[in-house]
Amino acid sequence: MEALNQPVPRGRGRGFGGGEQWRAVLFLSPSWLLLLLFFFVPTALTFYFAFTNMALTGEAAMASEFVGFHNFADMFRDPGFRTAVYNTMVYLVFSAVIGQQAVGFLLAFLMNGRSRAFRSIIGSIVLAGWVAPEVVCAFVWFAFLNDSGTVNMALEAAGLKPVAWLYSFPMVSVVIANIWHGTAFSMMVFQAALGDVPKEVEEAAMIDGASAWQRLVRVVLPMIGGSVVTNMVLVTLQTLGSFTMIYALTGGGPGNATETLPVYMYHQAFVNYQLGYGTAISLTLLVIGAAASLIYMKVLKVKI
Amino acid sequence: MMNAQTWKPGRWNYFALSRMLPNVVLTLIGLLFLIPLLWMVFASVDPGATLSLRVPDRPTADHFIQTLSDSDTRRSFLNGLVLAFGQALLVVAVAGLASYPLSRYQLRYKRSFMYVILFSTGLPITAVMVPVYQFFLYFHLQDSLLFTIVFLAASALPYSIWMMKNFMDSVPTELEEAAWVDGASVWTSLRLVVLPLMLPGVFTVGIFAFAGAWGNFLVPFILLQSPDKMPAAVTIYQYFGQNGMVQYGKLAAFSILYTFPAVALYVLGQRFMSQGFSFGGASKG
Repeated sequence: MEALNQPVPRGRGRGFGGGEQWRAVLFLSPSWLLLLLFFFVPTALTFYFAFTNMALTGEAAMASEFVGFHNFADMFRDPGFRTAVYNTMVYLVFSAVIGQQAVGFLLAFLMNGRSRAFRSIIGSIVLAGWVAPEVVCAFVWFAFLNDSGTVNMALEAAGLKPVAWLYSFPMVSVVIANIWHGTAFSMMVFQAALGDVPKEVEEAAMIDGASAWQRLVRVVLPMIGGSVVTNMVLVTLQTLGSFTMIYALTGGGPGNATETLPVYMYHQAFVNYQLGYGTAISLTLLVIGAAASLIYMKVLKVKI
Repeated sequence: MMNAQTWKPGRWNYFALSRMLPNVVLTLIGLLFLIPLLWMVFASVDPGATLSLRVPDRPTADHFIQTLSDSDTRRSFLNGLVLAFGQALLVVAVAGLASYPLSRYQLRYKRSFMYVILFSTGLPITAVMVPVYQFFLYFHLQDSLLFTIVFLAASALPYSIWMMKNFMDSVPTELEEAAWVDGASVWTSLRLVVLPLMLPGVFTVGIFAFAGAWGNFLVPFILLQSPDKMPAAVTIYQYFGQNGMVQYGKLAAFSILYTFPAVALYVLGQRFMSQGFSFGGASKG
C-alpha cells in the first residue's frame, strides 16, 4: 500500500530519470554560451551604445561618454534619417509587401493546374533568382540596368533613347531588383497554401455559378488568408534588414535617394565613424524588427 | 458542367483564351526573370563580353579557367568555404546537442527558451552589426576568420535550434527506450540510435547554415578587414564596385562559380526536406 502513495516518477525509464537535469544543462550550455556572448550581449549593448557618443576616430574614440538621448534628439532633427525612414518604407512596401507578394501569388495561382514540366521550368527560373547569393543578384541587375546594359540595348533597338536607370530611377531599380530576387519565397508559400485548398470547394463554387474572379476573391483568398498574413510578416522581416542588394547596386545613392535605414546605419557608423549615432539607428531598426517579430509569433500561433 | 442551352459557338474562343492566357502570362514573367540571368551565363563564355545580352559567337571556357587559376580568386573561395563549413559544423553540433533536452526532457524554462529562440529568428541581423563590431573591436576579435565563424554560427543558432528540435520531436522515443532496456547507456543510444535517425535533420540544418554563410556579404564585410581573408561574396562586390576597370566576362564566370554551390546545396536540401515547404514543420513544436 505504501508504494502506491509514492509519487509517480516523472521520467520514463532509465534515460529520462535521474541525470536528466544535469544532462540538460550540459547539452544546452554551448548554445546558451554562444547565443549569450555573440547575440544577446551585442543586442543588449545596442541599448547602451546608442546613448554614448562613441566614434571610431577623434577624441570620442578614446573616451566615449554617456550622452543621454542626444543621439535620438539628433536623429529626429536629421533630414538624412527622415529620408532613410521614408526610403525604407517605400522599399519595404513596394518591393516586398506588394511586389514580391503580388508577383509570387500571380505565379503560384497561374501555375496551379498547369502541366508539371511547365511549372517546374518557370518555377526553377524564378527560384534561381532567390537561391543565388544577393551579391550575384546585385551584379546581374547592375549589368542589366547599366547604361550599356540589356534594357538600354533593347530600348535602342526599338528606336528609343537609353535611360540611366540607376541614376534617374534608382528607387524603382532597386525595388524591381528586389522583387526579382525575393519573389520565389512568396511563390512557394502561396503554392503550398493553394495546394491545401480542397478542389471540392472550388468546384462547388463553380457549380453555383461563381465566375473565376469571384472564386478567387470570395473562396480562394479567404481560405489562404492565414498564409498571406504570415508571408507578409516574413517578407517584411527579411526586407527590413536587407542591405546587400541596395548597397551593391547604388550604394544608397545617387545622393541619398536609395539610402534605407540599414545603409544609413552603415554610412553613419563606418563611413562617418559615428558609432554611437550608428547604434542609435540600429536600435530603431531593432525595435521595428522586434515588433515585427512579435507580430510574427502572434500570427504563427505556435504551441511550444 | 455545360449543358446544351449554354453551349454557344462563341464560348469556344473564351475557353481557348482562358486556357492560353495563363500560359502566355507565365511565359512572359518567366522570360523577365530569365533574361538578367541569361546575360550572366552568356557573358561568362563570351570572350568579348559586354554588359548587354548577346549570344557569344565562339563560346570559350577561358573566363572560367582564368578565374580558377587566379590565386586571389581561389583564396576568396577558400575563405568562403572555411567560413561556411566552420559555421555549419558549429551550428549542427551546438544546435544538435541543444535539441535533445529541448525535445525529450521536461524543463522548467523550456517554453520561455523556445519563445526567445523563435523571437530571435525574426530579429534582423543587420541591426546588431554595429554593436557587434564595437564588441569585436573592444575584445580585439575583428579581422579573424575564427570569430567571424563564431558570430555567424551564433546568428544562425535561433533558426537552427528551432528546426533541429522539430526534427528531434519526430524521432520516436520508443527506439531509445528499447536500446536502454537492452542495456545501452544514454550516450550509446544517442550515438547509435538517435543520431542515425536524425541525419536528415542534421543535413538539412547544416545545408541551411552553409548556404546562409556562403551567401553572406554583410558580416564578413564588416568583421573582416584584410583582403586575403575576404570570402568570394565580398570579392565579387569589390570587383564590380570599381567601375569600368572590370572584365565583365571574367566576373560573370566568377559569379557563376560562386553561385553553383548555393544552387547545388539547395537541390540537395530539398531532398532532405521530405515534408516539403510549408509552415507545418514549425507549428508542430
